[in-house]
Amino acid sequence: MHAPITATTRLPIGSDADLAWVRQQVRQSAADLGFNLVQQTKLVTAASELARNALVHGGGGHMEMTVLAEGTHRGLRLSFVDAGPGIRDVELAMTDGYTTGGGLGMGLSGAKRLVKEFALDSRPGQGTTVTITDWVSGLPAPRTGAP
Amino acid sequence: MTGLPAMHPGPGPVPVLALGDVLLVTLQGELHDGAAEQLQHDISRRIASSPMPVAGVVIDLSGVEIIDSFLGRVLAEIAASARLLAARTTLAGMRPAVAITLVELGLTLPGLSTALNVEKALSLLGRASSAAPTAHLEEGA
Repeated sequence: MHAPITATTRLPIGSDADLAWVRQQVRQSAADLGFNLVQQTKLVTAASELARNALVHGGGGHMEMTVLAEGTHRGLRLSFVDAGPGIRDVELAMTDGYTTGGGLGMGLSGAKRLVKEFALDSRPGQGTTVTITDWVSGLPAPRTGAP
Repeated sequence: MTGLPAMHPGPGPVPVLALGDVLLVTLQGELHDGAAEQLQHDISRRIASSPMPVAGVVIDLSGVEIIDSFLGRVLAEIAASARLLAARTTLAGMRPAVAITLVELGLTLPGLSTALNVEKALSLLGRASSAAPTAHLEEGA
């Protein structure tokens, strides 16, 4: 691993309320790490899509949140794990507008567009893990004077 | 029954406020999926059962930190069903970061007009700004 793990948190995904809790925790961690507001919003939105997928299509599961450090570079890695039926055709599932759950079909494809790194591992009958990673943008540290 | 504290709007139903012939809905903080679907139902019912025709629905999003595809779908469906019931829907006060994210997510919100804030949304719907929530009772003669 090129990026040493500095902290990992595990949150359950089993209900509406868990989705809200996941969003809050991702927001808090991203803000603490110094993600700007747009980056935070994108990351939380992607997390919300993937957590809902785990709940609706995977029958629930959990999210693992890991803070990454590479030199002075800080990042956040989120893994959404379910033990559901898996995705039969990943390429099809990643197509904009394709849905099996009555949504808009933007969950997977949209989430991928919102973050820097996206990995999907799914086996029919054994569940799905989606991992996204984003790094605090290379712009100079916060300019607003907040420490 | 003991109700949930009003300070914690998250899991409970979202209030729908009538201002003349406009319904005003203010979304704030974490909206659970179930509450969003309930809201869709509540708005349609209010429009259909209102003694006075409802001209428009204003949804104030200034307190909303993210809109994902689920909430986006609910907002689009609120607008679509309101339109079938002869009412226009305006989204007011969307945060810039939310707008940027929605575009990258690939969501469009057909049938919805937008306004920078509630006051502008009300004037878009043809209401004078005196119909704003801060308005006092009309003075007597």
